[in-house]
Amino acid sequence: MNLELTAEQRAVRDEARAFVTAEVAPHADRWDREEAVPGELIDQLRARGYLGSLLPAELGGRGLDMISYGLLTEEIGRGCSSVRSLLTVHDMAVRAIERFGDPAAKERFLPALARGAILGAFALSEPNAGSDANSVETTAVSEGDGGGWVLTGRKKWTTFGQIADLFLVFARVESAGGYQPTVFLLERDTPGLTVRPLRGITGTRASLLAELEIEGCRIPAAHRVGRIGSGVSHVASYTLEQGRYSVACGAVGLGQACLDASFAYATERHQFGVPLIRHQLVSAMITDMIVGVRAARLLCLRAGWLRASRDPAAGAETMAAKYFASVMAAKAANDAVQIHGANGCSEEFPVGRYLRDAKVLEIIEGSTQIQQISIPRFPFAEL
Amino acid sequence: MDHTTDTQAKIKEFLSRFFKSHDLKPEEDIFALGFVNSLLAMQLVAFVEKEFGIQVEDADLDLDNFRSIQAISGLVARKTGSPAQASPA
Repeated sequence: MNLELTAEQRAVRDEARAFVTAEVAPHADRWDREEAVPGELIDQLRARGYLGSLLPAELGGRGLDMISYGLLTEEIGRGCSSVRSLLTVHDMAVRAIERFGDPAAKERFLPALARGAILGAFALSEPNAGSDANSVETTAVSEGDGGGWVLTGRKKWTTFGQIADLFLVFARVESAGGYQPTVFLLERDTPGLTVRPLRGITGTRASLLAELEIEGCRIPAAHRVGRIGSGVSHVASYTLEQGRYSVACGAVGLGQACLDASFAYATERHQFGVPLIRHQLVSAMITDMIVGVRAARLLCLRAGWLRASRDPAAGAETMAAKYFASVMAAKAANDAVQIHGANGCSEEFPVGRYLRDAKVLEIIEGSTQIQQISIPRFPFAEL
Repeated sequence: MDHTTDTQAKIKEFLSRFFKSHDLKPEEDIFALGFVNSLLAMQLVAFVEKEFGIQVEDADLDLDNFRSIQAISGLVARKTGSPAQASPA
């Protein structure tokens, strides 16, 4: 594993860093209050090739390597976890179609997703199904040989569902041997689909969450993604690994934001005649942030490196990175609020948002507890 | 070591990471034995693709193709067009 970034990777990081510093971070508190990432910002992401950035140039993507993608996601996550979550779910849809999609679906959707001309979203969670992906109640009924499918059910907590154009829907296909989890593409303008905004979320409040009411939506046969029955074992597994990598890198960015804010505040603010950072208990919290961010970043780099080399260990290492980085970010954000004292509990400082966003990172793309259950099941050939 | 034996040895070595105390036989059903769960299904696909330089297509993702060392070896043989394809199942 090479820890040195290439010139191209540094360039991607530096470009993203400048963009986030100028165009994202200064506005993120307002977007949080307004509970919406504005269309103008999405236009900027689109123009920069940040949506569908892993897809190759011939499809209209930016063709980023996995490390560069992680660096981009970290920088976006430093500025605004809601914006980062757009990249996360869009790219999860992209990866699912790229790997498992029908040729006709690839031809139709991937170029548009690569340009960000359409937005993808990930619709797995339901009112009664979250961590247990096998328990989804949404049904998919075949219309017969050569025909399409009819989807019926409800999806909840669909990130950017309010504006997404294409949903990756997890459903169950009934068969003689029981039901088989299977994935389908559902276009926004399909008759029978109703999208309802979800508001008042604790964190990543600007991520335009939605609930989907799917009432007898007819879709073509080519909208099935992967084999019947492969919805959890392969499609969700592969897609969630992408999501976990994105969330892990975003958590590193959020941890860095906590560190930057805390260091600045603890250096400037004086109590008992000295800067806060001269108080050892405050210094200890900042030290934990410094070390935690560095360790999480290294785990993300390792996961990215393994993913880039298509190593079978990538799944387990990505889980480890997501687990550690999200827990680290939650602690860093909690400490950041503590260091800021009453100011940390006000809207005048961003650390309150960081804390609310960090909590979400411990839940999405496999909760902390799901990672704790799953990680020991993987064999670790080397550490 | 012929091609099939070599392929099966590599598969066995990989699968052995999942269980330390069982000498997996070529025909044993790894799903029935409980060594490989759905969490590891894509890991197995990634191994086969990287180790043998093949692209596992959607049509190949039938669990029967990954059910045993012998089955995985057969998939690899079919994808690479190697002589192992003709070896006994």
